This record gives sequence, structure tokens and C-alpha cells, in this order.
Amino acid sequence: MKTSTGARLGLRTIALGYLVLLIAVPIVLILVRTFGEGIGAFLESIRTPAAISALNLSLLIVAIVVPLNVLFGVATALALVRGRFRGRGVIQAVVDLPFAVSPIVVGVSLILLWGADGWFGGLERLGFKVIFGLPGMVIATLFVTLPFVVREVEPVLHEIGTEQEQAASTLGASTWQTFWRITLPAIRWGLTYGVVLTIARALGEFGAVIMVSSGFPGVSQTLTLLVHSRYIDDHNTYGAYAAATLLMGLAVVTLLGMTALDRKRRTT
Amino acid sequence: MTSTRRHPRLALAAAATVGAMVMSACAGGGASDTVGAAADAENAAAKTGTINLYAYAVPKVGFDKLIPAFNKTAAGKGVQFQQSYGASGDQSRKVAAGATADFVNFSVEPDITRLVDAGLVAKDWNANQYKGIPFGSVVTIVVRKGNPKGIKDWDDLLKPGVEVVTPNPFSSGSAKWNLLAPYAAKSDGGKNPQAGLDYIEKLVTGHVKVQPKSGREATETFLQGTGDVLLSYENEALFAERSGDPVEHVTPPTTFKIENPTAVLSGSKNLAKAKAFNDFLFTPEAQKLWAHAGFRPVDPAVAKEFAADFPAPQKLWTIDDLGDWKTVDGTLFKKDTGSIAVIYDKATS
Amino acid sequence: MTTTTASVRRDDTSTTEVASLPPRPDPSRRRPQLGRPLGVGLVGLWLSVLVLLPLAALTVTSLGDGVGGFWDAVTAPVALASLRVTVLVAALVAVVNAVMGTLIAWVLVRDEFPGKRIVNALIDLPFALPTIVASIVLLSLYGPNSPIHVHLNATQPGLWVALAFVTLPFVVRSVQPVLIEADREVEEAAASLGASNWTTFRRVVLPTLAPALISGTGLAFARAIGEYGSVVLIGGNIPRKTQVASQYIQQQIEIDRPLNAAAVSVALLAIAFVTLFVLRVFAGRSQRREEDAQ
Repeated sequence: MKTSTGARLGLRTIALGYLVLLIAVPIVLILVRTFGEGIGAFLESIRTPAAISALNLSLLIVAIVVPLNVLFGVATALALVRGRFRGRGVIQAVVDLPFAVSPIVVGVSLILLWGADGWFGGLERLGFKVIFGLPGMVIATLFVTLPFVVREVEPVLHEIGTEQEQAASTLGASTWQTFWRITLPAIRWGLTYGVVLTIARALGEFGAVIMVSSGFPGVSQTLTLLVHSRYIDDHNTYGAYAAATLLMGLAVVTLLGMTALDRKRRTT
Repeated sequence: MTSTRRHPRLALAAAATVGAMVMSACAGGGASDTVGAAADAENAAAKTGTINLYAYAVPKVGFDKLIPAFNKTAAGKGVQFQQSYGASGDQSRKVAAGATADFVNFSVEPDITRLVDAGLVAKDWNANQYKGIPFGSVVTIVVRKGNPKGIKDWDDLLKPGVEVVTPNPFSSGSAKWNLLAPYAAKSDGGKNPQAGLDYIEKLVTGHVKVQPKSGREATETFLQGTGDVLLSYENEALFAERSGDPVEHVTPPTTFKIENPTAVLSGSKNLAKAKAFNDFLFTPEAQKLWAHAGFRPVDPAVAKEFAADFPAPQKLWTIDDLGDWKTVDGTLFKKDTGSIAVIYDKATS
Repeated sequence: MTTTTASVRRDDTSTTEVASLPPRPDPSRRRPQLGRPLGVGLVGLWLSVLVLLPLAALTVTSLGDGVGGFWDAVTAPVALASLRVTVLVAALVAVVNAVMGTLIAWVLVRDEFPGKRIVNALIDLPFALPTIVASIVLLSLYGPNSPIHVHLNATQPGLWVALAFVTLPFVVRSVQPVLIEADREVEEAAASLGASNWTTFRRVVLPTLAPALISGTGLAFARAIGEYGSVVLIGGNIPRKTQVASQYIQQQIEIDRPLNAAAVSVALLAIAFVTLFVLRVFAGRSQRREEDAQ
């Protein structure tokens, strides 16, 4: 399409104007409000004991969720691509489910399953607390991040095919050797990309976590819950801005990682 | 082969990075969200027990003063607090459903009764001279600065176009007090229930548009610009005014006495400390702190001292005037059958 | 990659010389060990405990009072209103996304201006940003302390803005690669034959974009109907006006009515499934058409 300069400028203005009003200005404004009182005030606000604990908890959840997702995500992807078994279609559909489920619905379902009155309520009476404890938050986060690793690894597995694996096993390599030396290196970028997406989502999850957390500052409050509780319960708008800025910083780091990886993933 | 062997290392490196992220996450966490507060770790040496506190949403300002004061007493030295605040009914249900609590403070008595029925709180929790109620307040009407709609009494809320913010009585204790106040005023202390219910029906169907879950969320909703009037605790109104928000409060001539009970869970792992904390709340020192935070103290001597800060309304109805909480909750608020519950359901479902 | 394959092959031929070794199982049968019963069983168990059981508990609870109870819970006026608000707002946002997303993708692909790469990176930000942060960020501009005196707090436009923010990347990112690969010669041919820009766009560009555009819009819609974090602070939660289904569900849990919460959850899920199912059917059909064409 040969567009006149005027039309092109017009379209550019509309597109950029939309992005500026929707994303750029609000973000700049919140940065101004956060750092307007000096970097010291910001640092103090994100270094209260509760904020530090919240950051630690968010990272702890990430540290638990990522290995589990890698393990089961790769296993699921392998089963989907390499396996020929009945019910493959069902697994395909189940993997996509979390994309379609509202975080609040995730929370409600987990309460109905794991809560004191739920199907697995017996566990709670045995002293294993899921809802209102760390396991609940981990399960909620696992639920919402489930598809990422699978969906990033699956296409790569399709593409590399099985020739090399077959060759390796013909040469007498054990299943594990084949996996470590052939399969894993081939899927590494896809896998890492999936991990980055998982980290971003795990750090940012709010709706599902708020439903299953007891919300104790210092114990069961993640960073996103801290933002919410500062804004609503503590009437501390500045604190909420500061905590949001911290989360935003983490998100930008993730984003840079994504961009770098994306380039790598495409070139190798 | 060397090139392929590098990759497991790569995966390990990725795992290590995640691990390092967690390790490097700064030590020094804790429950306090006050800027400059000492991290719990620093006090860890002197740590003598942890109390899990579940409370309704608005007394946080009070506990922020009382917990440090308690920590200064001999009994409270080194006691850590994990605090959770939210809608009274919601908090009570969480504890009943198994959330670990040692000490609870709810807006209304039935939320404690629920725990008594569940066997979590001793039956004699309200045996002390103040019936287990360390502080209270009165129901007030909060309006925008300058009172543009000229709200002075309950009838003014029914003027056309007045929008009232009050939380949802199924989750919030505040909401129950807010509705009991005009109910008692219009029904002459429960003598003429129909008149009271008529008022509530007009208010709820015609003027209440939002249902925040807790008293605190209602305040936040109001402060963010929704509605003309907020029904709330006097202490919450004082809190908003002191934070510099552009609102003021009017205490109607006839209103309702709010009594907020506390209790200790009998299964608490730190029963002695939790009891000590509960007892501390009734000491003159603590009573003064409640008063400073905007809550009405129950100790008569302290109350006298702060009489100027807490003007007495012309007529103050109490829950005892309407019977007791059990009857009130049963006839007015019980899900599906209580008269106010039915009005609410009809208006909001 | 090709070099490794070659070297492995060479090794392969050399090993055939030592054929006296005990016979190895047929490689084609050994191949999919990793996906064999144990693995599949484990994966199935994992997915069931994590995803299927909770949703089963949800569905069973929603039917606790029978189908009638389910129907009553979903058709209670406020519940129905929240579903209506959710679907209407999500549909509107999806349409806005379709138009603006295509436009932004076009500008990013066909236009050149300084700072384009930054803008391109900006598009992904809503994906990386926690939704509660999106809420706070938008409130700082459109909330009570708005420096430009635009107060969208607790209004439907507030919901539009919040949802447009979080769903921005979907359409842009699905349309962009198609635009990059689109054959510009056809466009130029159309133009040289005298077709106006609009006609070229409608007749040549749009049909190529259509599958990507529809799938991006559909995903944005599916995301918008379930969204919670970004609307929780800006939406106002006013029943019949700005209360979306996820807020209604949360409220029902808070006031201790799990059955209502479960029923509306199931309704919301059903809407999302239908959307994704329609998309999948559509995608399958257009893929087949493409394959036929080749």
C-alpha cells in the first residue's frame, strides 16, 4: 500500500497517541509520584520489614513454581509431541485451560477443593494447611503458569524431530543421556523463554493468590498483595505507588530478558 | 560433543540464578509496614512468642499504637505480632475455617459467637467487667467537606439524589452498626420495628448503590469520589479527617453505640501471651491509646478525661436496648430470613 | 545443527561394524521412551490434581442445589447484570483492540520513525506488568488525584481503559508477523491498477490479516472477561453498573455464598470456553484452507 506522507503521519499520530495516553503517561506519572519525594523515600518505603518479607515471599513462590513447571512442563510437552496414546487431545485441552480461567475462578475452585469444607478438607484436619498457607499460594500460581513452559517447548520439539534422539539411542545412549545431551540443548531457548514468562506471571499473580492467602504482612503477603493492602487497608497511596514501582522494575527486567531471548530463540 | 555438554550446565546456571535471586533477597523481613521500623530479625534474640491477630479492618490504626506499647510492658516483651485485617464477618469465617489465630477482634459480637460455637473460643470470653469489649465508637455520618448536601440527620439521607456508601452487612460488621443506628432511631429502640424497617428499605433500595466488603473499603470508595454520604464508625471518620482527606463528619442527634469485642482463642499456642495482650487492652494506659487513635475508651476514668473529644449524642441506643446480639442477628441479619437481610437481598440480587 | 547430525551419522555407520554385540532393540520402538506410560501417567496425574480436580469441585458445588439452584444463582438480577457488564465491556474492548491493534501493528511494520524499537518493546509491557500495578498506574492518571481532571474511577470507561491496557498486546502481536510477511507486491499491483488505499486495504490486506486478527481479538476478549486485578481498584465494584463477574464471584465468597460464586464461575468459564472453541474451529478451518491453496 503506498500511503501519502500525510496519511502515514496521521496513522502514526493516532497509534502513538493511543499508546501514550494508555501506557506511557500513566507510567511516567507513577514514576514521578514515586520518585518525586526523593529516591530515599522510595527506598525506605520498599525496605519496611513487611515489604522485604513480601519480596522474599514472591521470590520464594517463584523459586518453587519454576522448577516444578520446568519438570512437568517438559514432561508434558514430550508426552504431547512424542507420545502416541489415547487422550492426547484431552491433555492438549487441559494445558490450555488455565488461559481461559479467570484468576478469581481459580481461587474459588481451589478453596472448594482444598479448603476446610472442600473435597480434600481432611488434609487440613491432619494439620496440612493448604488454603491460607504457602501451599495454597503455590498451587494457585502453578495453576495460572501451567501452560507457559509446555507451550514454548512443544513447537521446538516438533521442529527438531526425533532423528538425533534416535541416532543417540542407536549408539547406546540411555534415555537420560539422550535427554541431557540431545533434547535439552535443543529446547533450551524455548524452555528459557517459557521460564521467563512463568516468572513474570508468578510475580504478578494477584486474583488467584488473594483468594487463598491469609494476607499476614511479613508472612503470607506477596508483593502484589502488599500493593493492594497498602492502597486499601493502610490508606497509604505513596507506599502503594512505591511497591508498584518495584514490581514494575522487576517486570521491565523480565521484559528485557524476553526481548533478548526472543531474538536468540529465532536465530538459533 | 563439548558443545552439547555445555548445555546441562546452562540449565544448572538458570536454576542457580533463580536460587541466587531468592538467597540474595534481603534478609530483614517482618510484619511491620512502617517506614524505618526495625526488622523482626533484629529482635529475634528477645523473641518470646508470636501472636496471630485477626481483626476487622478499621482498628489497625489503634493496634499500630497498642502493639508497640504492649511490647514495652514486662508481659509483652519480645512478643511478635502477625496481623490480618479485613471485613469482620469474612475474617471470622476464615478463623472458623481453620486460619491460625491467637487473638481476634471483630466489629460485632456474633462474629465471636461463631468461634464460640465452633469450639475455638471459650464460652466465658466476655466474663470481665467490660464484657470483653475494650473499645467502641458511635455511628456517624461522613460527608464531603462543607457538607454540600446539608446532611444533619437520618431523614436527610432519604432526600432525592443522595447516594449513600455503606458496606455489605453479610461480610462487614460496620454495615450492621450502620443499619442498626437508623433502625433504632426510627423504631424508637425497637418498639416499632416496622417503622425502622420501612426506613431501612427506603435507604437500601433507593440510596445504597455500592457494597464494599469492609468498613475500610467503604471509606476508600467514598474518598475516591463515590457517593455523597458515608456511614461509618466515628473513629474511622476521625482517621480520615486526620489524614487530611476532604471530608467531615456529623454525628446525628440519635445514634448507636458501637461495641467491638476481642477474644483469645482457647487453642492458641501462645495462650498466656495472647491473654496478657487481651488484658493489656483494658489497662488505663491502653485505654488512653485507643482514645488517641479515635476510639471511645470503656474505662470510665479515661472516658472522662477524653470527654471533650467524644461528644455524647442526645440519645445513644445500645444493642441491649434491642434485646441482645443473638436476637438482633436472628431477626434482622440472618441470611435468607432476617428482615434486613431480606431487604438487602431484594435490593441487591 | 546440521553438523552435529552429520557427525552422529558418521558414528552410526562405524558402530554397525561391531554387529556381534547383543542385539539392540529396534530404535523406532525405543524412541519415545520419555513419553511412555509412566511419564504419561505422571503428567496426567499432575494435570488432574492441579487443574481438573479444582474445576470438578467447582462444578459439583455449583450444582449443590440441583440444576434449578444453579439456574437461580446465575439468573439472580445482580449476577446476570455482572455477567452482562463483563461480556459487553469485554466485547467493546475487543473491538477497540481489533482496530487500534491493527493500526499500531501497521505503524510498527510499515512506518519508520525514531524510537520505534522502544515503542515496539512498550507493547509487551502489559504482559509483563502485574495486573494490580496496571490498576494503580491507571488510577494515578485517571483516578481521584488526576492531574488532567479526568475521573474514570468507578465508571464503565474506567473498566474500558483498564481492560484495553491489559489486552493491548494480543492483537498487535498476532497481526504484526503476518504484516511483515505479507506480499507487498500484490498491494502495489492493486494500487497500480487504480485501487484506492481503502480498497487495497479492504480487498488485499484485510483478508490476509483476518485469521490473525480474529484470533488476537478472540484472545483479548477471553482475557478481558476473566480479568480481575486491573479492574479491582479502578472499577468501583458498583452492582449493575461496573461490577464485573469476577468481582461478583469474590463478593459472594466473602459473604459466604459459595454456591452462587461457583455457579457464576461456571457460567464465566462456559463463556470463555465457547470463545476459545469458536476460535479453534475457525483457526482449523483457515489453516485447512491455506493448506488446500498450497
